[in-house]
Amino acid sequence: MQNLWIIPALPFAGFLMNGIFGRKLPKALVSAIAILSVVLSFAWVLRVYLTAGDLAAAPLHEHHFTWIQSGTFNVGWDYMVDKLTMIMLLVVTGIGSLIHIYATGYMAHEEGYYRFFAYLNLFMFFMLNLVLGGNFLLLFVGWEGVGLCSYLLIGFYFVKKSATTAGNKAFIVNRIGDFGFSLAMFLIVINFGSLDFGKVFSAAAGKPTGILTTIALLLLLGAAGKSAQIPLYVWLPDAMEGPTPVSALIHAATMVTAGVYMCTRSAAIFTHAPLAMEAVALVGLATAVFAATIGMAQNDIKKVFAYSTVSQLGYMFLGVGVGAFSAGVWHLVTHAFFKALLFLGAGSVIHACHGEQDMRHMGGLKKYAPWTCLVLACASLAIAGFPGTSGFFSKDAILTAAYEHAPWMFWVGVFTAGMTAFYVWRAFWMTFWGDYKGHGHPHESPWSMLGPLVVLAVLSLGGGFFFNVPQILRGMFPLKEAGADEAMLMGISVAAGLAGIAISYFMYVLRPELPGKFASALGGVYTLVYNKYFVDEAYDAAVVSPVIQGSESLLWKIVDKGMIDGIVNGMGSQAQSIGGVLRRMQSGNIRSYATWILVGSVLLLIALGVSGGMTR
Amino acid sequence: MNLLDLVIAIPAAGFVLALLLPRSQPQLSRLITLAFSLVTFVVSLGLVTGYQPGTAGQQFVTNFIWIQSPEIHYHVGIDGLSLWLIILATFLTPIAILLSWNYIKDREKEFFALLLLLEFGLVGVFASWDLFLFYVFWEVVLVPMYLLIGIWGHDRRIYAAVKFFLYTMVGSVLMLAAIIFLYTQVGTFDYAIILEQFSSGRISLTHSQETLLFLAFFLAFAIKVPLFPLHTWLPDAHVEAPSAGSLMLASVMLKMGTYGLVRFCLPMFPTAARENAGWIVTLAIIGIIYGALVAMVQPNMKKLVAYSSVSHLGFVVLGIFSFTQMGLDGAVYQMLNHGISTGALFLLVGFLYERRHSLEIADYGGVATVAPWLSILFLVTTLASIGLPTLNNFVGEFLVLQGTAQAHLSWTVFAALGVILSACYMLWMYQRVFFGETSEEVKHHVPDLNMREWACIVPLAVMMIWMGMYSQTFLPAVSETNAKILQQTRANAPLRVAAPSTSAGGQFHGR
Repeated sequence: MQNLWIIPALPFAGFLMNGIFGRKLPKALVSAIAILSVVLSFAWVLRVYLTAGDLAAAPLHEHHFTWIQSGTFNVGWDYMVDKLTMIMLLVVTGIGSLIHIYATGYMAHEEGYYRFFAYLNLFMFFMLNLVLGGNFLLLFVGWEGVGLCSYLLIGFYFVKKSATTAGNKAFIVNRIGDFGFSLAMFLIVINFGSLDFGKVFSAAAGKPTGILTTIALLLLLGAAGKSAQIPLYVWLPDAMEGPTPVSALIHAATMVTAGVYMCTRSAAIFTHAPLAMEAVALVGLATAVFAATIGMAQNDIKKVFAYSTVSQLGYMFLGVGVGAFSAGVWHLVTHAFFKALLFLGAGSVIHACHGEQDMRHMGGLKKYAPWTCLVLACASLAIAGFPGTSGFFSKDAILTAAYEHAPWMFWVGVFTAGMTAFYVWRAFWMTFWGDYKGHGHPHESPWSMLGPLVVLAVLSLGGGFFFNVPQILRGMFPLKEAGADEAMLMGISVAAGLAGIAISYFMYVLRPELPGKFASALGGVYTLVYNKYFVDEAYDAAVVSPVIQGSESLLWKIVDKGMIDGIVNGMGSQAQSIGGVLRRMQSGNIRSYATWILVGSVLLLIALGVSGGMTR
Repeated sequence: MNLLDLVIAIPAAGFVLALLLPRSQPQLSRLITLAFSLVTFVVSLGLVTGYQPGTAGQQFVTNFIWIQSPEIHYHVGIDGLSLWLIILATFLTPIAILLSWNYIKDREKEFFALLLLLEFGLVGVFASWDLFLFYVFWEVVLVPMYLLIGIWGHDRRIYAAVKFFLYTMVGSVLMLAAIIFLYTQVGTFDYAIILEQFSSGRISLTHSQETLLFLAFFLAFAIKVPLFPLHTWLPDAHVEAPSAGSLMLASVMLKMGTYGLVRFCLPMFPTAARENAGWIVTLAIIGIIYGALVAMVQPNMKKLVAYSSVSHLGFVVLGIFSFTQMGLDGAVYQMLNHGISTGALFLLVGFLYERRHSLEIADYGGVATVAPWLSILFLVTTLASIGLPTLNNFVGEFLVLQGTAQAHLSWTVFAALGVILSACYMLWMYQRVFFGETSEEVKHHVPDLNMREWACIVPLAVMMIWMGMYSQTFLPAVSETNAKILQQTRANAPLRVAAPSTSAGGQFHGR
């Protein structure tokens, strides 16, 4: 026994301690509990990793108790660790540890310090359940649980209406995705008789394609909610209302990748549903392009990275959809490094500028915050796919696989890679180059924040070498032979990235008057992109408002109060007389008298009956 | 006298004793009734420990003739279906008493006594194995609730109480007629004997007889559930009732309806139940969505929770008429879950009302700043109510939807929409009440929980987690009994044996 339960139990203990007693504890102790619970969990993961033997040949299974049993159907609280889980465990606890450390510095002056860390620990608990779960329902427990923590942390500044509204939006949009996930589970139970990964996946090959396709498409709907894909991506940009460490941990590195993990986990179903695979690839690709265009026109530094996350998640789905599961997971891992770094770096920038998030009020920060500048340069290189950096390897793996699947997908992907490099570096130049245009004196962040950034910078640059995911997962997903065009494809995607960087340098450093001219020249198109294609407004007008207004004026006021109650009150006109009697009961002693009569008569009836029965 | 008789008798004795207490000492009334309710609860736990799994039949049976002619038995007993519902009633009654401790400021002794009478009636309803006895207890429950609303309610209490009374009476009268008709056919009110007569085929009903009898019982139960469109008494009753009344009404009384469906409608009239499942399920699904949508736009917290009950109880009816093991297990589990989580919601709304003297959502805002623990417990309850996994409702909703999916996938698709909507109305309410800027009124009038309130809410919160994490404590007994009931719905419908058990709502022809 590896005692896998210890991995989620540690953060849960941290949650309980800080959640219940945190208000009265000194900050140092709150920090210690929060950090230790996650670091120890990371250590336990490492221990399992080192002592478990060959996970590919013999995955670990631990059954803790029967959770739900009805008839022959049962679901256990089962944990399972294979290589895919192990990768996720390392990423979640490893990045999680770094972000917890960073957050002690970032949140040092915030109210509700203990509350923040309690939520963050609770998130770790659910996220670990999500990846450890040995059946769909336990995965779903983590899935909904991380959604809850996301809701709580987005709305962390709960006095602010925009924050709590964003939290609600995240939860509700995710619920729409979960609707699909739930239906998928119902279908799985009907067709497989179980939700257990082992039982379902081993039987998947023999099931009709139609059923597998339906299940896979419903799972995709769930994944689109959690991983912010079209059409359900709208919650993620708003989620940036939460504190920055939350954006890094939950809304970039871990939770939002859960959809990719789930699809990869269900590879046995997806690979037998080619239509669904195509849908995954198309959704991923469309989201990647679409979000990238929006990212180019945003001025809020966190919003830029938020759309970038949506876009990069699209890449991962593209990888999964074209059958390159391990490439998708590889990008999941490297993205966790460089996107966590981008967000934490952005946090450091925001910290430096006293809470300012608008890049137009930044600039010249390389002088004031050199370390932040340096680490963000590493992250920006990685996301742009600069040769040798972690992002280069994983993105290349996805694009190559896309080319083999359909060349046009490769070209769209390359175009997106160019846009990605452009907007990330645009943000970089606007923040660090030129003159400082904000208020007050910017300052570098403390070492509790910079330390984790440096570690992440190293991982962003070298993570492609340390974590060769396709190699690690080759037992689950066989490696593909390198195609003849590989070098050429690689060259094209690198060129696109470099071009994006160069254009952004030209536009934002050499000729800073250009962006304004472009914007006015593009006119309507720019307005459309700047306003995120008015998708939120469209959803609101098409769905939210009609539902609310219909419920209020039609269902409640007309159907409920008017029709149903109208009939009832009409039929009950005799009730008036009874009401008259009752009204008289209201006066003085008569009321208690009536009570006695009613109660007494009931008792009398019973007493008579009992004595009648007894005397027999 | 066995344990079950004690559980029935102690509240009755407490009721009588409480009425004899002097009016001038309300504290004594409170303490005495609380003591009786606690003793009842402790004794009722003996039913759990003494319950023998593996039999699925009646246990703790007492059966003697109560009235000679017509022969009416005092026949009580429990099985897995009634066991936990009785515990629910005995568990919540002390909490209802504690909740009303300071809230009720006139006629305290009658108020607290009536809560015990209510408990007596509720336990009796769930324990009765004689149709007439069942009917008596059914009516006994009506009286205290009617008075609780009519005397200690809010401004429109008379309207609400009369509406409640009339709605329920219409159903009850038809049920009584049906019970008497059955008596004329079978010659007894004893439910066990009636079932036995039906299943052995010694007594058989014509198709139209069965349908009419089914409908008579069904109407009484559907009003109580309440099933759309028979639900409009519920929001009024809840809004006008004192907090303890709302608590007992939502948590336990509504379950009398769903309990009746499972206990009587399914085993006695299986053919009619299956034939009519189609439109019943349709109404249940409409209720799920309609209740949620109307809840979404309520400005009043109690009304919102009341409409949410319409939605939640729709799931229960859906599960029952799926005629699957999982659907039925989920339905019964959901009865308990709804009792716990909606009970807790009414409790917490009651706490807020005692502070701010308003049920309007707009009068609140920023409560989380001034009353953090109240807010956290409200959040946990909210999450339980919207079916977050690891909390109780999830297990029930999952089983209901899974069972329904096995019968008719399309039903599940519509019903599952309710799960999305529940998040909307609950989270929107939570946001408006607890988040945002704290107004001066809220700042000065809304302190955090006191010790008495902690004592009320913590047991419920513990149950939400327990029932969500370890359903094995509760489900096995329920499952066993449900399996037997499902068996009866097949055995009592000999012409239908060939049809698969999962195809509810299909076309079958009567005998």
